Amino acid sequence: MQINPADASLPADPRRPQSAVAWGLIGLAYLMAGAVLLVPLLLIVVTGFREGVGVYLANIVEPETLHAIFLTVLAAIVVVPINVGFGIAAAWLVTRYEFRGKRLLITFIEIPFSVSPIVAGVIYLFLYGGQGLLGPLLAQFDLKLMFTVWAIFLVSLFVTSPFVARELIPLMQQQGGEDEEAALSLGANGRQIFWHVTLPNIRWALLYGAVLCNARVIGEFGAVSVVSGAIRGQTNTLPLQIELLFNDFNVTGAFAAASTLALLAVLTIVLKSVLERKTRH
Amino acid sequence: MTSLDTAREAPRAVAFGTRLPKARKPGRRHLLPGFGLTFGITALYLVLIVALPLAAMLLKTFSLGWPEFWRIVSSPRAISAYWITFSSAAAAAVFNGFFGLLLAWVLVRYEFPGKRIIDGLVDLPFALPTAVAGLALVTLFGPAGWYGQILVPLGVTVTHAQLGIIVAMAFTSLPFVVRTVQPVLEDIPEDVQEAARLLGATPFQVFSRVILPLILPAFTTGVVLCFARAIGEFGAVVFIAGNLPGMTEIVSLLIFIRLDEHNYPAAAALATVLLATAFVTLFLTNLLQAWQLRYADKSR
Repeated sequence: MQINPADASLPADPRRPQSAVAWGLIGLAYLMAGAVLLVPLLLIVVTGFREGVGVYLANIVEPETLHAIFLTVLAAIVVVPINVGFGIAAAWLVTRYEFRGKRLLITFIEIPFSVSPIVAGVIYLFLYGGQGLLGPLLAQFDLKLMFTVWAIFLVSLFVTSPFVARELIPLMQQQGGEDEEAALSLGANGRQIFWHVTLPNIRWALLYGAVLCNARVIGEFGAVSVVSGAIRGQTNTLPLQIELLFNDFNVTGAFAAASTLALLAVLTIVLKSVLERKTRH
Repeated sequence: MTSLDTAREAPRAVAFGTRLPKARKPGRRHLLPGFGLTFGITALYLVLIVALPLAAMLLKTFSLGWPEFWRIVSSPRAISAYWITFSSAAAAAVFNGFFGLLLAWVLVRYEFPGKRIIDGLVDLPFALPTAVAGLALVTLFGPAGWYGQILVPLGVTVTHAQLGIIVAMAFTSLPFVVRTVQPVLEDIPEDVQEAARLLGATPFQVFSRVILPLILPAFTTGVVLCFARAIGEFGAVVFIAGNLPGMTEIVSLLIFIRLDEHNYPAAAALATVLLATAFVTLFLTNLLQAWQLRYADKSR
Protein backbone atom coordinates (compact mmCIF):
# COMPACT_ATOMS: atom_id res chain seq x y z
CA MET A 1 0.00 0.00 0.00
CA GLN A 2 1.27 3.34 -0.93
CA ILE A 3 1.32 6.03 1.66
CA ASN A 4 0.44 9.43 0.42
CA PRO A 5 2.84 11.76 2.19
CA ALA A 6 0.19 14.42 2.35
CA ASP A 7 -2.10 12.11 4.31
CA ALA A 8 0.46 11.04 6.87
CA SER A 9 -0.03 13.34 9.79
CA LEU A 10 3.17 14.98 10.83
CA PRO A 11 4.58 13.70 14.08
CA ALA A 12 3.45 16.12 16.73
CA ASP A 13 6.17 18.41 17.96
CA PRO A 14 6.49 17.40 21.59
CA ARG A 15 7.42 20.95 22.44
CA ARG A 16 4.26 22.43 21.07
CA PRO A 17 2.14 23.04 24.15
CA GLN A 18 -0.95 20.85 24.05
CA SER A 19 -2.59 20.73 27.43
CA ALA A 20 -4.43 23.49 29.22
CA VAL A 21 -1.82 23.26 31.97
CA ALA A 22 0.92 24.03 29.47
CA TRP A 23 -0.90 27.08 28.17
CA GLY A 24 -1.60 28.12 31.74
CA LEU A 25 2.08 27.98 32.62
CA ILE A 26 3.03 29.90 29.50
CA GLY A 27 0.40 32.52 30.30
CA LEU A 28 1.75 32.87 33.81
CA ALA A 29 5.28 33.22 32.45
CA TYR A 30 4.11 35.95 30.04
CA LEU A 31 2.34 37.76 32.83
CA MET A 32 5.20 37.59 35.31
CA ALA A 33 7.94 38.36 32.79
CA GLY A 34 5.88 41.27 31.55
CA ALA A 35 5.10 42.70 34.98
CA VAL A 36 8.48 42.04 36.59
CA LEU A 37 10.90 42.59 33.70
CA LEU A 38 9.34 44.35 30.73
CA VAL A 39 7.32 47.03 32.55
CA PRO A 40 10.31 48.43 34.55
CA LEU A 41 12.34 48.61 31.33
CA LEU A 42 9.53 50.33 29.46
CA LEU A 43 8.98 52.74 32.33
CA ILE A 44 12.61 53.88 32.22
CA VAL A 45 12.72 54.37 28.47
CA VAL A 46 9.25 55.91 28.18
CA THR A 47 9.85 58.35 31.04
CA GLY A 48 13.32 59.20 29.77
CA PHE A 49 11.97 60.25 26.39
CA ARG A 50 8.52 61.42 27.52
CA GLU A 51 9.20 65.07 26.98
CA GLY A 52 10.81 64.49 23.63
CA VAL A 53 14.27 63.81 22.35
CA GLY A 54 15.19 67.48 22.70
CA VAL A 55 14.62 67.52 26.46
CA TYR A 56 16.37 64.18 26.77
CA LEU A 57 19.45 65.51 24.97
CA ALA A 58 19.38 68.73 26.98
CA ASN A 59 19.52 66.66 30.15
CA ILE A 60 22.30 64.48 28.85
CA VAL A 61 24.53 67.42 27.89
CA GLU A 62 24.28 68.96 31.34
CA PRO A 63 27.97 69.35 32.24
CA GLU A 64 27.80 67.05 35.28
CA THR A 65 25.93 64.30 33.48
CA LEU A 66 28.18 64.61 30.45
CA HIS A 67 31.23 64.30 32.66
CA ALA A 68 29.70 61.25 34.36
CA ILE A 69 29.18 59.64 30.94
CA PHE A 70 32.77 60.45 30.01
CA LEU A 71 34.07 58.92 33.24
CA THR A 72 31.95 55.79 32.85
CA VAL A 73 33.15 55.24 29.29
CA LEU A 74 36.73 55.88 30.39
CA ALA A 75 36.42 53.26 33.14
CA ALA A 76 35.19 50.72 30.61
CA ILE A 77 38.04 51.57 28.20
CA VAL A 78 40.61 51.09 30.96
CA VAL A 79 39.14 48.09 32.75
CA VAL A 80 37.79 45.81 30.02
CA PRO A 81 41.09 45.29 28.10
CA ILE A 82 42.99 44.58 31.32
CA ASN A 83 40.47 41.99 32.44
CA VAL A 84 40.38 40.46 28.96
CA GLY A 85 44.15 39.99 29.24
CA PHE A 86 43.86 38.57 32.72
CA GLY A 87 41.01 36.28 31.67
CA ILE A 88 43.00 34.83 28.77
CA ALA A 89 46.09 34.27 30.93
CA ALA A 90 44.09 32.70 33.75
CA ALA A 91 42.07 30.45 31.45
CA TRP A 92 45.19 29.32 29.59
CA LEU A 93 46.94 28.58 32.87
CA VAL A 94 44.03 26.69 34.42
CA THR A 95 43.07 24.65 31.35
CA ARG A 96 46.46 23.85 29.82
CA TYR A 97 48.61 22.91 32.82
CA GLU A 98 48.48 20.78 35.92
CA PHE A 99 50.23 22.29 38.90
CA ARG A 100 50.07 22.37 42.66
CA GLY A 101 47.78 24.99 44.14
CA LYS A 102 45.51 25.08 41.10
CA ARG A 103 42.35 24.69 43.19
CA LEU A 104 43.41 27.57 45.41
CA LEU A 105 44.11 29.71 42.38
CA ILE A 106 40.67 28.97 40.93
CA THR A 107 39.09 29.90 44.25
CA PHE A 108 40.88 33.24 44.14
CA ILE A 109 39.66 33.85 40.59
CA GLU A 110 36.09 33.21 41.79
CA ILE A 111 36.21 35.31 44.96
CA PRO A 112 35.18 38.68 43.46
CA PHE A 113 31.89 37.11 42.34
CA SER A 114 30.86 36.40 45.90
CA VAL A 115 32.06 39.65 47.46
CA SER A 116 29.21 42.12 47.69
CA PRO A 117 29.71 45.54 46.04
CA ILE A 118 29.95 47.54 49.27
CA VAL A 119 32.53 45.13 50.69
CA ALA A 120 34.51 45.38 47.44
CA GLY A 121 34.71 49.12 47.99
CA VAL A 122 35.54 48.76 51.68
CA ILE A 123 38.50 46.42 51.14
CA TYR A 124 40.11 48.95 48.80
CA LEU A 125 39.50 51.71 51.30
CA PHE A 126 41.42 49.73 53.90
CA LEU A 127 44.30 49.18 51.51
CA TYR A 128 44.81 52.60 49.91
CA GLY A 129 42.67 54.93 52.04
CA GLY A 130 43.97 57.28 54.73
CA GLN A 131 43.03 54.64 57.33
CA GLY A 132 44.37 51.84 55.18
CA LEU A 133 47.39 49.58 55.16
CA LEU A 134 49.27 51.51 52.48
CA GLY A 135 47.69 54.87 53.35
CA PRO A 136 50.71 56.24 55.27
CA LEU A 137 53.07 55.10 52.52
CA LEU A 138 51.01 56.81 49.82
CA ALA A 139 50.78 59.94 51.93
CA GLN A 140 54.57 60.02 52.20
CA PHE A 141 54.86 60.24 48.45
CA ASP A 142 51.93 62.64 48.35
CA LEU A 143 49.88 60.17 46.31
CA LYS A 144 46.16 59.92 46.58
CA LEU A 145 44.23 57.01 45.11
CA MET A 146 40.97 56.91 47.06
CA PHE A 147 38.27 59.36 45.96
CA THR A 148 39.99 59.78 42.59
CA VAL A 149 39.30 58.15 39.24
CA TRP A 150 42.07 55.64 40.01
CA ALA A 151 39.97 54.21 42.81
CA ILE A 152 37.08 53.76 40.37
CA PHE A 153 39.35 51.87 37.99
CA LEU A 154 40.73 49.66 40.78
CA VAL A 155 37.39 48.56 42.26
CA SER A 156 36.00 48.01 38.77
CA LEU A 157 38.99 45.78 38.01
CA PHE A 158 38.25 43.82 41.17
CA VAL A 159 34.51 43.47 40.61
CA THR A 160 34.77 42.36 36.97
CA SER A 161 38.00 40.35 37.08
CA PRO A 162 36.31 36.91 36.82
CA PHE A 163 33.96 37.70 33.90
CA VAL A 164 36.20 36.78 30.96
CA ALA A 165 37.88 33.86 32.76
CA ARG A 166 34.45 32.42 33.62
CA GLU A 167 33.49 32.27 29.94
CA LEU A 168 36.82 30.94 28.72
CA ILE A 169 37.62 28.26 31.30
CA PRO A 170 34.74 25.85 30.55
CA LEU A 171 35.20 26.29 26.80
CA MET A 172 38.96 25.80 26.78
CA GLN A 173 38.66 22.90 29.21
CA GLN A 174 36.26 21.21 26.86
CA GLN A 175 38.31 21.93 23.73
CA GLY A 176 41.44 20.45 25.31
CA GLY A 177 44.97 21.30 24.29
CA GLU A 178 45.32 18.98 21.27
CA ASP A 179 45.09 21.74 18.65
CA GLU A 180 47.80 23.71 20.38
CA GLU A 181 49.97 20.62 20.83
CA ALA A 182 49.63 19.79 17.15
CA ALA A 183 50.69 23.32 16.24
CA LEU A 184 53.63 22.99 18.62
CA SER A 185 54.75 19.75 17.01
CA LEU A 186 54.57 21.47 13.62
CA GLY A 187 57.05 24.01 14.90
CA ALA A 188 54.84 26.94 15.88
CA ASN A 189 56.03 29.14 18.70
CA GLY A 190 53.90 30.30 21.61
CA ARG A 191 52.80 33.54 20.00
CA GLN A 192 51.85 31.80 16.75
CA ILE A 193 49.92 29.14 18.64
CA PHE A 194 47.98 31.77 20.51
CA TRP A 195 47.13 33.99 17.53
CA HIS A 196 46.47 31.28 14.96
CA VAL A 197 45.08 28.37 16.99
CA THR A 198 43.74 29.41 20.38
CA LEU A 199 42.28 32.83 19.59
CA PRO A 200 40.16 31.71 16.61
CA ASN A 201 38.77 28.92 18.81
CA ILE A 202 37.79 31.17 21.68
CA ARG A 203 37.02 34.49 19.98
CA TRP A 204 33.24 34.46 20.46
CA ALA A 205 33.40 33.37 24.07
CA LEU A 206 36.07 36.00 24.63
CA LEU A 207 33.90 38.72 23.13
CA TYR A 208 30.96 37.45 25.17
CA GLY A 209 32.97 37.71 28.38
CA ALA A 210 34.12 41.19 27.39
CA VAL A 211 30.51 42.30 26.76
CA LEU A 212 29.43 41.10 30.21
CA CYS A 213 32.50 42.68 31.81
CA ASN A 214 31.76 45.95 30.04
CA ALA A 215 28.12 45.97 31.20
CA ARG A 216 29.16 45.45 34.80
CA VAL A 217 31.85 48.16 34.72
CA ILE A 218 29.34 50.63 33.33
CA GLY A 219 26.68 49.73 35.86
CA GLU A 220 28.70 49.19 39.03
CA PHE A 221 27.21 51.22 41.85
CA GLY A 222 27.99 49.99 45.37
CA ALA A 223 31.75 49.53 45.12
CA VAL A 224 32.23 52.76 43.18
CA SER A 225 30.06 54.75 45.58
CA VAL A 226 32.34 53.74 48.48
CA VAL A 227 35.65 54.69 46.89
CA SER A 228 34.84 57.46 44.43
CA GLY A 229 33.64 60.02 46.94
CA ALA A 230 31.01 60.90 44.31
CA ILE A 231 32.47 64.34 43.78
CA ARG A 232 30.21 66.15 41.32
CA GLY A 233 31.82 66.75 37.98
CA GLN A 234 34.96 64.87 39.07
CA THR A 235 34.50 61.31 40.31
CA ASN A 236 30.84 60.71 39.62
CA THR A 237 30.02 57.87 37.27
CA LEU A 238 26.69 57.68 35.47
CA PRO A 239 24.97 55.30 37.95
CA LEU A 240 26.04 57.54 40.84
CA GLN A 241 24.83 60.57 38.91
CA ILE A 242 21.37 58.97 38.67
CA GLU A 243 21.18 58.73 42.46
CA LEU A 244 22.41 62.28 42.82
CA LEU A 245 19.85 63.67 40.40
CA PHE A 246 17.11 61.61 42.02
CA ASN A 247 18.01 62.92 45.48
CA ASP A 248 18.01 66.45 44.04
CA PHE A 249 14.42 65.80 42.85
CA ASN A 250 15.60 66.23 39.27
CA VAL A 251 13.50 63.30 38.10
CA THR A 252 13.72 64.19 34.39
CA GLY A 253 17.50 64.32 34.56
CA ALA A 254 17.65 61.03 36.48
CA PHE A 255 15.45 59.29 33.93
CA ALA A 256 17.39 60.70 30.99
CA ALA A 257 20.59 59.25 32.44
CA ALA A 258 18.82 55.99 33.38
CA SER A 259 17.31 55.51 29.94
CA THR A 260 20.75 55.91 28.38
CA LEU A 261 21.99 53.06 30.57
CA ALA A 262 18.83 51.04 29.92
CA LEU A 263 19.37 51.27 26.16
CA LEU A 264 22.95 50.09 26.68
CA ALA A 265 21.57 47.18 28.70
CA VAL A 266 19.23 46.20 25.87
CA LEU A 267 22.16 46.38 23.45
CA THR A 268 24.14 44.15 25.81
CA ILE A 269 21.35 41.56 25.87
CA VAL A 270 21.09 41.54 22.08
CA LEU A 271 24.86 41.18 21.70
CA LYS A 272 24.86 38.48 24.36
CA SER A 273 22.25 36.37 22.61
CA VAL A 274 24.01 36.77 19.25
CA LEU A 275 27.34 35.72 20.75
CA GLU A 276 25.73 32.86 22.65
CA ARG A 277 24.54 31.48 19.33
CA LYS A 278 27.99 31.90 17.81
CA THR A 279 29.71 30.05 20.66
CA ARG A 280 27.28 27.16 20.33
CA HIS A 281 27.67 26.62 16.60
CA MET B 1 20.90 19.13 21.24
CA THR B 2 24.22 17.77 20.12
CA SER B 3 26.64 16.17 22.51
CA LEU B 4 28.94 19.11 22.00
CA ASP B 5 26.24 21.39 23.27
CA THR B 6 25.71 19.23 26.30
CA ALA B 7 29.39 19.23 27.07
CA ARG B 8 29.46 22.98 26.87
CA GLU B 9 26.28 23.55 28.78
CA ALA B 10 27.05 21.26 31.69
CA PRO B 11 30.03 23.30 32.85
CA ARG B 12 28.05 26.48 32.26
CA ALA B 13 25.53 25.34 34.81
CA VAL B 14 28.32 25.11 37.31
CA ALA B 15 29.33 28.73 37.32
CA PHE B 16 32.96 27.76 36.93
CA GLY B 17 35.03 24.96 35.48
CA THR B 18 36.26 24.04 38.91
CA ARG B 19 35.44 20.38 39.13
CA LEU B 20 35.27 19.47 35.53
CA PRO B 21 36.75 16.27 34.29
CA LYS B 22 40.48 16.82 33.95
CA ALA B 23 41.90 17.98 30.60
CA ARG B 24 41.92 15.02 28.29
CA LYS B 25 45.53 14.04 28.72
CA PRO B 26 46.61 14.48 32.29
CA GLY B 27 50.22 13.87 33.10
CA ARG B 28 51.48 15.94 30.20
CA ARG B 29 52.16 18.74 32.56
CA HIS B 30 53.94 21.57 30.84
CA LEU B 31 54.04 20.60 27.23
CA LEU B 32 52.77 23.89 25.82
CA PRO B 33 54.81 27.04 26.20
CA GLY B 34 53.63 29.90 28.36
CA PHE B 35 53.35 28.35 31.81
CA GLY B 36 55.74 30.86 33.39
CA LEU B 37 54.14 33.83 31.63
CA THR B 38 50.51 32.97 32.36
CA PHE B 39 51.27 31.86 35.91
CA GLY B 40 53.16 35.08 36.53
CA ILE B 41 50.41 37.30 35.17
CA THR B 42 47.58 35.42 36.89
CA ALA B 43 49.27 35.14 40.28
CA LEU B 44 50.50 38.73 40.31
CA TYR B 45 47.12 40.08 39.27
CA LEU B 46 45.25 38.02 41.85
CA VAL B 47 47.63 39.08 44.61
CA LEU B 48 47.41 42.77 43.73
CA ILE B 49 43.74 43.02 42.84
CA VAL B 50 42.10 40.36 45.03
CA ALA B 51 44.28 39.08 47.87
CA LEU B 52 45.98 42.26 49.04
CA PRO B 53 42.83 44.38 49.51
CA LEU B 54 41.07 41.47 51.26
CA ALA B 55 44.06 41.00 53.55
CA ALA B 56 44.18 44.72 54.32
CA MET B 57 40.60 44.75 55.52
CA LEU B 58 40.93 41.54 57.53
CA LEU B 59 44.06 42.99 59.15
CA LYS B 60 42.08 46.05 60.13
CA THR B 61 39.37 43.85 61.65
CA PHE B 62 41.89 41.71 63.55
CA SER B 63 43.51 44.82 64.95
CA LEU B 64 40.22 45.62 66.70
CA GLY B 65 40.51 42.64 69.03
CA TRP B 66 37.72 40.23 69.79
CA PRO B 67 35.79 42.22 72.47
CA GLU B 68 35.61 45.34 70.30
CA PHE B 69 34.71 43.30 67.23
CA TRP B 70 31.96 41.52 69.12
CA ARG B 71 30.62 44.77 70.57
CA ILE B 72 30.26 46.19 67.06
CA VAL B 73 28.79 43.18 65.30
CA SER B 74 26.33 42.40 68.11
CA SER B 75 25.01 45.95 68.56
CA PRO B 76 21.21 46.15 68.35
CA ARG B 77 21.35 48.25 65.19
CA ALA B 78 23.63 45.70 63.51
CA ILE B 79 21.44 42.80 64.57
CA SER B 80 18.30 44.40 63.21
CA ALA B 81 20.20 45.11 59.97
CA TYR B 82 21.17 41.40 59.72
CA TRP B 83 17.61 40.37 60.32
CA ILE B 84 16.21 42.74 57.69
CA THR B 85 18.89 41.75 55.17
CA PHE B 86 18.70 38.00 55.64
CA SER B 87 14.92 37.72 55.90
CA SER B 88 14.43 39.89 52.81
CA ALA B 89 17.04 37.92 50.89
CA ALA B 90 15.36 34.66 51.90
CA ALA B 91 11.97 35.95 50.73
CA ALA B 92 13.51 37.08 47.43
CA ALA B 93 15.19 33.68 46.99
CA VAL B 94 11.90 31.83 47.62
CA PHE B 95 10.07 34.04 45.11
CA ASN B 96 12.78 33.52 42.52
CA GLY B 97 12.83 29.80 43.26
CA PHE B 98 9.22 29.52 42.08
CA PHE B 99 9.36 32.14 39.34
CA GLY B 100 12.75 30.94 38.09
CA LEU B 101 11.62 27.34 37.92
CA LEU B 102 8.47 28.36 36.06
CA LEU B 103 10.45 30.41 33.52
CA ALA B 104 13.09 27.71 33.04
CA TRP B 105 10.41 25.07 32.53
CA VAL B 106 8.40 27.10 30.06
CA LEU B 107 11.48 28.21 28.10
CA VAL B 108 12.87 24.68 27.79
CA ARG B 109 9.69 22.64 27.36
CA TYR B 110 7.48 24.65 25.06
CA GLU B 111 7.61 26.49 21.79
CA PHE B 112 5.48 29.61 21.82
CA PRO B 113 5.48 33.09 20.28
CA GLY B 114 7.67 35.60 22.09
CA LYS B 115 9.83 32.90 23.62
CA ARG B 116 13.10 34.49 22.54
CA ILE B 117 12.04 37.84 23.90
CA ILE B 118 11.27 36.35 27.31
CA ASP B 119 14.57 34.48 27.22
CA GLY B 120 16.37 37.75 26.52
CA LEU B 121 14.41 39.62 29.18
CA VAL B 122 15.62 37.12 31.80
CA ASP B 123 19.11 38.62 31.40
CA LEU B 124 17.84 42.15 31.97
CA PRO B 125 18.51 42.27 35.74
CA PHE B 126 22.18 41.43 35.13
CA ALA B 127 22.57 43.80 32.21
CA LEU B 128 20.69 46.72 33.75
CA PRO B 129 22.73 48.79 36.23
CA THR B 130 21.31 48.33 39.71
CA ALA B 131 20.78 52.07 40.14
CA VAL B 132 18.55 52.06 37.04
CA ALA B 133 16.61 49.11 38.43
CA GLY B 134 16.21 50.94 41.74
CA LEU B 135 14.95 54.08 40.01
CA ALA B 136 12.47 52.06 37.94
CA LEU B 137 11.14 50.14 40.94
CA VAL B 138 10.77 53.13 43.26
CA THR B 139 8.87 54.95 40.51
CA LEU B 140 6.64 51.98 39.69
CA PHE B 141 5.72 51.26 43.30
CA GLY B 142 5.57 54.86 44.51
CA PRO B 143 2.10 56.23 45.36
CA ALA B 144 1.83 57.82 41.90
CA GLY B 145 3.47 54.92 40.04
CA TRP B 146 1.87 52.41 37.68
CA TYR B 147 1.80 49.72 40.38
CA GLY B 148 1.61 52.02 43.37
CA GLN B 149 -1.68 53.52 42.19
CA ILE B 150 -3.23 50.07 42.51
CA LEU B 151 -1.37 48.77 45.56
CA VAL B 152 -1.31 51.79 47.85
CA PRO B 153 -5.14 52.14 48.04
CA LEU B 154 -5.23 48.43 48.91
CA GLY B 155 -2.98 49.18 51.88
CA VAL B 156 0.12 47.56 50.38
CA THR B 157 3.07 49.91 50.79
CA VAL B 158 6.18 48.83 48.96
CA THR B 159 8.40 51.89 48.98
CA HIS B 160 10.09 52.76 52.28
CA ALA B 161 9.11 49.34 53.63
CA GLN B 162 10.69 45.92 53.86
CA LEU B 163 8.55 44.77 50.95
CA GLY B 164 10.47 47.24 48.80
CA ILE B 165 13.77 45.66 49.83
CA ILE B 166 12.39 42.25 48.88
CA VAL B 167 11.18 43.55 45.51
CA ALA B 168 14.57 45.13 44.74
CA MET B 169 16.47 42.00 45.82
CA ALA B 170 14.15 39.69 43.87
CA PHE B 171 14.51 41.77 40.71
CA THR B 172 18.31 41.97 40.74
CA SER B 173 18.83 38.27 41.49
CA LEU B 174 16.14 36.90 39.18
CA PRO B 175 18.32 35.28 36.48
CA PHE B 176 20.19 32.87 38.78
CA VAL B 177 17.59 30.12 39.15
CA VAL B 178 16.52 30.29 35.50
CA ARG B 179 20.08 30.12 34.22
CA THR B 180 21.18 27.26 36.48
CA VAL B 181 18.08 25.11 35.94
CA GLN B 182 17.69 25.69 32.18
CA PRO B 183 20.71 23.68 30.93
CA VAL B 184 20.01 20.77 33.27
CA LEU B 185 16.39 20.65 32.18
CA GLU B 186 17.49 20.68 28.53
CA ASP B 187 19.67 17.63 29.20
CA ILE B 188 16.82 15.48 30.50
CA PRO B 189 15.82 13.27 27.57
CA GLU B 190 12.21 13.39 26.47
CA ASP B 191 11.94 9.58 26.75
CA VAL B 192 12.54 9.63 30.50
CA GLN B 193 9.21 11.36 30.97
CA GLU B 194 7.65 9.29 28.24
CA ALA B 195 8.62 6.13 30.10
CA ALA B 196 7.19 7.42 33.36
CA ARG B 197 3.98 8.41 31.62
CA LEU B 198 3.62 5.01 29.96
CA LEU B 199 4.12 3.38 33.34
CA GLY B 200 1.05 5.25 34.49
CA ALA B 201 2.45 8.28 36.27
CA THR B 202 0.27 11.36 36.41
CA PRO B 203 1.83 14.61 35.13
CA PHE B 204 2.32 15.72 38.72
CA GLN B 205 4.07 12.46 39.57
CA VAL B 206 6.29 12.79 36.51
CA PHE B 207 7.33 16.21 37.73
CA SER B 208 7.80 15.43 41.41
CA ARG B 209 9.32 11.94 41.09
CA VAL B 210 11.28 12.19 37.84
CA ILE B 211 12.06 15.78 36.90
CA LEU B 212 12.44 17.38 40.31
CA PRO B 213 15.10 14.97 41.67
CA LEU B 214 17.14 15.50 38.50
CA ILE B 215 17.09 19.27 38.66
CA LEU B 216 17.24 19.58 42.45
CA PRO B 217 21.02 20.18 42.75
CA ALA B 218 20.99 22.85 40.04
CA PHE B 219 17.84 24.39 41.46
CA THR B 220 19.32 24.56 44.96
CA THR B 221 22.51 26.09 43.58
CA GLY B 222 20.44 28.72 41.82
CA VAL B 223 18.49 29.55 44.97
CA VAL B 224 21.68 29.82 47.06
CA LEU B 225 23.33 32.07 44.44
CA CYS B 226 20.19 34.18 44.40
CA PHE B 227 20.20 34.46 48.22
CA ALA B 228 23.90 35.39 48.23
CA ARG B 229 23.43 38.06 45.60
CA ALA B 230 20.42 39.47 47.44
CA ILE B 231 22.39 39.79 50.69
CA GLY B 232 24.97 41.96 48.96
CA GLU B 233 22.57 44.02 46.85
CA PHE B 234 22.96 47.73 47.46
CA GLY B 235 22.23 49.91 44.45
CA ALA B 236 18.63 48.91 43.85
CA VAL B 237 17.76 48.72 47.55
CA VAL B 238 18.90 52.23 48.53
CA PHE B 239 16.50 53.76 46.04
CA ILE B 240 13.40 51.99 47.25
CA ALA B 241 14.01 51.23 50.92
CA GLY B 242 13.89 54.70 52.46
CA ASN B 243 16.77 53.63 54.70
CA LEU B 244 15.17 53.95 58.14
CA PRO B 245 17.41 52.52 60.89
CA GLY B 246 15.89 49.39 62.42
CA MET B 247 13.18 49.34 59.76
CA THR B 248 14.64 49.25 56.29
CA GLU B 249 18.36 49.47 56.93
CA ILE B 250 20.29 46.61 55.32
CA VAL B 251 23.85 45.63 56.33
CA SER B 252 25.44 47.16 53.21
CA LEU B 253 23.78 50.46 53.96
CA LEU B 254 24.85 50.38 57.62
CA ILE B 255 28.45 49.88 56.46
CA PHE B 256 28.07 52.81 54.11
CA ILE B 257 26.69 55.00 56.92
CA ARG B 258 29.56 54.01 59.25
CA LEU B 259 32.06 55.00 56.54
CA ASP B 260 30.32 58.33 56.14
CA GLU B 261 30.66 58.88 59.89
CA HIS B 262 34.37 57.99 59.61
CA ASN B 263 33.70 55.11 62.00
CA TYR B 264 36.19 52.85 60.22
CA PRO B 265 36.44 50.07 62.85
CA ALA B 266 32.67 49.52 62.66
CA ALA B 267 32.75 49.50 58.85
CA ALA B 268 35.58 46.96 58.84
CA ALA B 269 33.88 44.67 61.36
CA LEU B 270 30.51 44.70 59.58
CA ALA B 271 32.14 44.23 56.18
CA THR B 272 33.97 41.22 57.61
CA VAL B 273 30.62 39.72 58.66
CA LEU B 274 29.29 40.16 55.11
CA LEU B 275 32.49 38.72 53.69
CA ALA B 276 32.22 35.69 55.97
CA THR B 277 28.66 35.00 54.81
CA ALA B 278 29.88 35.33 51.22
CA PHE B 279 32.58 32.72 51.82
CA VAL B 280 30.10 30.37 53.49
CA THR B 281 27.83 30.61 50.43
CA LEU B 282 30.78 30.15 48.07
CA PHE B 283 31.70 26.99 49.98
CA LEU B 284 28.07 25.84 49.90
CA THR B 285 27.72 26.36 46.15
CA ASN B 286 30.96 24.44 45.57
CA LEU B 287 29.53 21.52 47.56
CA LEU B 288 26.30 21.77 45.59
CA GLN B 289 28.17 21.77 42.31
CA ALA B 290 30.04 18.62 43.31
CA TRP B 291 26.64 17.08 44.11
CA GLN B 292 25.27 18.19 40.77
CA LEU B 293 28.18 16.69 38.84
CA ARG B 294 27.80 13.39 40.67
CA TYR B 295 24.17 13.50 39.59
CA ALA B 296 25.09 14.33 36.03
CA ASP B 297 27.52 11.40 35.94
CA LYS B 298 24.93 8.99 37.32
CA SER B 299 22.19 10.03 34.95
CA ARG B 300 24.44 9.58 31.94
